[in-house]
Amino acid sequence: MSILLNNISKNFGKFAALYDVSLEIPEGELVALLGPSGCGKTTLLRIIAGLETPDFGRVLLSGEDKTEQHVSRRGIGFVFQHYALFRHMTVFDNIAFGLRVKPRKERPTEAFISKKVHSLLELVQLDWLADRFPDQLSGGQRQRIALARALAVEPSVLLLDEPFGALDASVRKDLRQWLRNLHQELHVTSIFVTHDQEEAMEVASQVVVLNQGRIEQQGAPADIYDHPANAFVSKFIGQTNIFDLSETESNWLQRAGILAEKPQGIFAHVRPHHIDIVKAEEASGSPVTLKDWQHLGATIRVELFNPQHNGSGATLFAEMPNERFKQLNLNKGDRVAVHIKQAHWFN
Amino acid sequence: MTQSNIMPGFRPALAYTLFYLCLVVLIPLSTLVFKSLQLSWTDYLEIISNTRVVSSFRVSFGTSLIAALVAGLFGFVIAWVLVRYPFPGKRFLDALIDLPFALPTAVAGVILATIFQPSGLLGKWLMSSFGVQVAYKPLGIVVALIFIGIPFVVRTVEPVLQEFDTTMEEAASSLGATRLQVFTQVIFPNIFPALLTGVSLAFARGVGEYGSVIFIAGNLPYVSEIVPLLIITKLEQYQYAGATAIALTMLLVSFLLLLIVNLLQLWARRRSGQI
Repeated sequence: MSILLNNISKNFGKFAALYDVSLEIPEGELVALLGPSGCGKTTLLRIIAGLETPDFGRVLLSGEDKTEQHVSRRGIGFVFQHYALFRHMTVFDNIAFGLRVKPRKERPTEAFISKKVHSLLELVQLDWLADRFPDQLSGGQRQRIALARALAVEPSVLLLDEPFGALDASVRKDLRQWLRNLHQELHVTSIFVTHDQEEAMEVASQVVVLNQGRIEQQGAPADIYDHPANAFVSKFIGQTNIFDLSETESNWLQRAGILAEKPQGIFAHVRPHHIDIVKAEEASGSPVTLKDWQHLGATIRVELFNPQHNGSGATLFAEMPNERFKQLNLNKGDRVAVHIKQAHWFN
Repeated sequence: MTQSNIMPGFRPALAYTLFYLCLVVLIPLSTLVFKSLQLSWTDYLEIISNTRVVSSFRVSFGTSLIAALVAGLFGFVIAWVLVRYPFPGKRFLDALIDLPFALPTAVAGVILATIFQPSGLLGKWLMSSFGVQVAYKPLGIVVALIFIGIPFVVRTVEPVLQEFDTTMEEAASSLGATRLQVFTQVIFPNIFPALLTGVSLAFARGVGEYGSVIFIAGNLPYVSEIVPLLIITKLEQYQYAGATAIALTMLLVSFLLLLIVNLLQLWARRRSGQI
């Protein structure tokens, strides 16, 4: 089911959680609502679900206006950050709940329910837990049961509120992969909320970046990373070095290679992997010293110190493959020449 | 070999618990048993099978049970309102709930008798519009016991309701459950063990209640005479053995009933996955 949000606004008292948000999500996508905490992403998700009503604007699901419709009639599946499993029911009864509360005419037989629940338990690979209570499960297991419970009613939209937020790092990684696979299998339109840009980039086919109740940018992960629409997106997605032209000596940047022509803005944002370094004797560049470096697995993050800068711009980060760094044969305190391959300009 | 426990001080804690139990509960209660042992078995049976005694048992346990159930219903609603809805004067109302705990029960009894007697404020109205007389009837006992019992229910249900995870309700709604289904299948099963505790406390208190009841009950033998009153009457007539026999029987019945409630509670909590 496609989702269309028209001019949604929502205030909590004097706090504007969402301001004139319009968003279109085509059927079958796996979308991440990404933003810092308090940006309104969870509120937006709850408005789509019907757990919250917008002050202004309309919510259209499959082209039908559902703004006034109660959550129980919207045909959505909602997965909560803290699972919200029914503590007094077994895993089996939790998953069967959505089928058992259907009106008598639509309610399937117990035999059908049992079959359905077991097939869902197999889908989430937890078939042996059917008789346990939620309190007896680990966080990752609970989250998968919560997902199975939401899927039991065959929702046309799956909404997940920080689904991996309360889990530890390794479980989170596994579940991300697993959610991607599940989405490819089921093709149900899914939206998940996250404040973790890595998670959004890794899992989603579409990322919507929110900030202070507004949408900053919407697009494919690669699009957003390579062509950030504004300074906020550039800063929020991935690491970036920021050069303020009003503070930075422009001829330094010229020598570094990004000011060949006239500047296209006041701030230059440079990704760490767009900075290349060589030993200072070899090439003509600005004299910068190597301060330190860290291993990040396949890449090395190099910390550079630029004495010509004041304040925030004094430390630069560059990233390069391990082999490249070894070839450079650098030591702490060495002078290096910086070459900037690409920059995004913002005002 | 003793296993070391994470919590230190098991022995002194157990010793203290047993000491307290002996001093405050077991010694007085065993005195009761010993005293009634002075009676022969036939005397004992004769005393407790006396129709006046049997009627008073029926009155005491019957009214306590009805009152506890009504207090359970009202108390639950009050706790629900106090937890779920913001409204002006909420703190004041919340403080008011505990009043029956603090008020001398005799005072409560006099007040209730005054307003519910046929010429009283509420009594007159009930009499003229429904033809119901509350005071000096078993119904009066029920009213007094409801008054006494409600705070027990409110104070046991309230914290559980407060801690109830409301996202469970949202989850149930999102799965298509109606408001009624959310309440009966999600909220109520989670609150039920606490409600049962509150009701059994109200019941136990009701069985032993004396002060607030005697003023409103009318104390008519066979009709509205409660067991505690009968015991006092016996004591006043220096029939100590008779009084202890009735008291012991009451103790045993109460103990049995509370045991059943505890088992019921265990079952409810196990069923709701809380243990």
